[in-house]
Amino acid sequence: MTLIASREWLLTEQPASRGQARFGQAYRTWLALRGNRLAMVGLGITVVLILMAIFAGMLAPYDPVQGGDLRTERLLAPSWAHLMGTDDLARDILSRILYGSRITLLVVGLVAVIATPVGLFVGTIAGYFGGWVDTVLMRVTDIFLAFPQLVLALAFVAALGPGIENAIIAIAITSWPPYARLARAETLTIRDADHIAAIRLQGAHSARIIWGHVVPLCLSSVIVRVTLDMAGIILTAAGLGFLGLGAQPPQPEWGAMIAEGRQFIIDDWWVATMPGIAIFIVSLGFNFLGDGLRDVLDPKARK
Amino acid sequence: MTTADIEPEGRHGALPPWLLRLGRLLLSLVFTLFGLLLVTFVIGRVVPIDPVLASVGDRASASAYHAVYLKLGLDKPVWEQFLIYVNQVLHGNLGESVLTSRPVLDDIRDVFPATLELSTVAILLGTLVGIPAGVWAAVRQGRLSDQIVRILGLVGYSAPIFWLGLLGLLLFYAKLGWVSGPGRIDIAYEFDVTRVTGLMLVDCALEGQWPAFWNAVSHIMLPASLLGYYSMAYISRMTRSFMLQELGQEYIITARVKGVSEARIVWVHALRNAAVPLVTVVALSYGGLLQGAVLTETVFAWPGLGMYLTNSLGSADMNAVLGATLVIGAAFVTLNLLSDVLYTFLDPRVRRRG
Amino acid sequence: MSALLEVEDLRVTFPTRSGPSEVVRGVSFTLGRERLGIVGESGSGKSQTGRAILGLTPPPGRATAARLAFDGIDLRNASPGQWRSLRGIRMSMVMQDPKFSLNPVMTIGRQLMEAAKRTAADRAEAKDRAMAMLEAVQIRDPARVFKAFPHELSGGMGQRAMIAMMLITEPDLLIADEPTSALDVTVQIEVLRILDRLVTDRGMGLIFISHDLRLVSSFCDRVLVMYAGRVVEEVKASALAQARHPYTQGLYGCLPRIEGSVRPLPTLQRDADWAL
Repeated sequence: MTLIASREWLLTEQPASRGQARFGQAYRTWLALRGNRLAMVGLGITVVLILMAIFAGMLAPYDPVQGGDLRTERLLAPSWAHLMGTDDLARDILSRILYGSRITLLVVGLVAVIATPVGLFVGTIAGYFGGWVDTVLMRVTDIFLAFPQLVLALAFVAALGPGIENAIIAIAITSWPPYARLARAETLTIRDADHIAAIRLQGAHSARIIWGHVVPLCLSSVIVRVTLDMAGIILTAAGLGFLGLGAQPPQPEWGAMIAEGRQFIIDDWWVATMPGIAIFIVSLGFNFLGDGLRDVLDPKARK
Repeated sequence: MTTADIEPEGRHGALPPWLLRLGRLLLSLVFTLFGLLLVTFVIGRVVPIDPVLASVGDRASASAYHAVYLKLGLDKPVWEQFLIYVNQVLHGNLGESVLTSRPVLDDIRDVFPATLELSTVAILLGTLVGIPAGVWAAVRQGRLSDQIVRILGLVGYSAPIFWLGLLGLLLFYAKLGWVSGPGRIDIAYEFDVTRVTGLMLVDCALEGQWPAFWNAVSHIMLPASLLGYYSMAYISRMTRSFMLQELGQEYIITARVKGVSEARIVWVHALRNAAVPLVTVVALSYGGLLQGAVLTETVFAWPGLGMYLTNSLGSADMNAVLGATLVIGAAFVTLNLLSDVLYTFLDPRVRRRG
Repeated sequence: MSALLEVEDLRVTFPTRSGPSEVVRGVSFTLGRERLGIVGESGSGKSQTGRAILGLTPPPGRATAARLAFDGIDLRNASPGQWRSLRGIRMSMVMQDPKFSLNPVMTIGRQLMEAAKRTAADRAEAKDRAMAMLEAVQIRDPARVFKAFPHELSGGMGQRAMIAMMLITEPDLLIADEPTSALDVTVQIEVLRILDRLVTDRGMGLIFISHDLRLVSSFCDRVLVMYAGRVVEEVKASALAQARHPYTQGLYGCLPRIEGSVRPLPTLQRDADWAL
């Protein structure tokens, strides 16, 4: 009974409060998303990734950094003892992949946490004030967009020095421009809305209007966009790792693991293949999820 | 029903509107290139703790260090340093590579054709497969073939290119022997070919060196198909969505009412309209290939700009890294400009009005 | 003489999340070589009726009928080839807004030629006919319009070109779906006059779809009034004042009159029972 009642509460045509309307909207999005099989697969993969990262310590059968016996346990093919085989330092690849999920999540999470606010900040300010502020900020944004992302990130890491922290900073620096453009576009559509004008007439400070009224309205579309970009972030991070600019050995970063397996690719294929499969599945998951989210939230693209 | 019914074609008198538009585009190109210089300057001089060390490498002697310190103008204020930098770049001076001890610009001139060749073959493959696939998916929207194109596209978006490259080498080169391995051409042929354009396929064909030509083809096939697959993923997806949009327009119904054949409706009426935004998509993915090339060239030992960049990264050769970054950025921006110009010619609405 | 078009129990259905939704619900009429007007407010199903007759119900919509025959040819199970031999050659349609109904990246000439070539012996003949047709819709400078792109023409010119394109093959049936609604009032009359003359000269059947009762009544012989997917009344255009159905009376009552306006202005009454 309570289930049905809460469903009605969520789907009502006349929400009693803003909160109810917002929850109802979220619930409707969820219902639409649930009907999309690929999106559900994507969500499942994402949840598994998070669980893997949390419980890596319990799930991993071996130590991810400390290898086994170098004389007898190097480059073992997949078997029951080592489901994904071992690498040239006799480390269990499955355990490394499990621990590596933490690095992947860390990169995705930190990039989102850094790039989203920067993009929102630049975009809402440019859109709200317009004029020369807008011109200058958007010119800067365009210049960042003029480089292919990976190449610019490479240059930044080259200057900052290799390492996972610097890789994250470099990816974040190169990820915010699209969010700024989006936030600006959204701000432009709401800047002249009546309720913003009303707040302005009440004498509210610009900063307060932007923070309290403009940013919340832009936030959801920017978050969707960030979700869509997650797969790209993972691939860029893996690319940096592959080139030796991301996480440094012996950290079990997936891209770096592929680079380590590269010299054994002909005879010991599993060393490079397994981490690649992990990257592939995770970014496929984010892509499925993002694709579904876009279908649901952007009716223009649905068709 | 006077001529007033037809809108005037140009209001500015002497200058045709498309020329004005071109001028505006060029102006914005100059501005953006200036911005690129600012970014590479910041990366090279402001971000590193010791830009001299970043420039000469840590094996330089104290006197060499000091010479570079003065040459970079590090005793001067930052804005003056930037002007020196811009001046140098405008004179074609991108500094000297620590790794090769040659001017960076000369190095780039040598390696760029390899990248150009690879990405051009790739974009041709990606476009020739991607556009028909996208059209097909749009026409059969919601059916199995649409799903297949969609999933193939998402797979292309999701697999790390360097990993697919390794697997490709393992399967098609090592196991099946269908293609040649890393590099642009077998060593046996390497000295048969004189460098004219720097594009291996073109040079071989120019000299009529057909065995060498086919050898080069077997080398480029795998990396180009891989890169092409990535642009195919993007191009087919965008084609599909543009085509769906066009197929829902009223003029399609007009064409049906006229009794135009379904094939002509799809391939002439709708695709001709979708082609206008598609040009931008193809140009963007051509530029995007420059990025994919960095990783692909590393895997396939393809001696292009991407491999030059990663080799320089490995030895902290900052001048080379920034030079390559600048060139890639400039190529990217130029491609975007080209797509804007093409857009002007494809869309009669822009062409006549500016 | 058999009717040009016979429609019996035509239904058009669109699937929605809450089950199928019928937008045309059992429309029946026959048409000779006459002018039939279909009026109704937006959403009454009048446009979908017109499109269903041409087999152009947009997917995922579906059109069904007990009988749908054009000149004795059963259209319900017509093959794509059959449709192609009918559309453009024997039946065609003028749509509302030339801004959208003309292909923006093709010249008027190319679009005209596509239609002209279907019945002309060769290119030269098709071109001659296209030019003649542009003159017939009173375009002064056909050579220039022939080379123009749609966005370079005004709405009135665009619609003339559209009419030329649809009549160039001399079809037997023309469906005009709100052909003047997107045009300026001053241009409307001109375009209508051109349409009127061409239809009369060629002795075609015409279905004129509009929301404008006055326009329809002055232009057509017979009027179908549609409401919520059904035909609620069929009257002679000259006898509209004697219409029995309250919806038609309502529509008629809303028309402004020269002999002074009614105060207060009447509002259109709708009754849920009519939709049943």
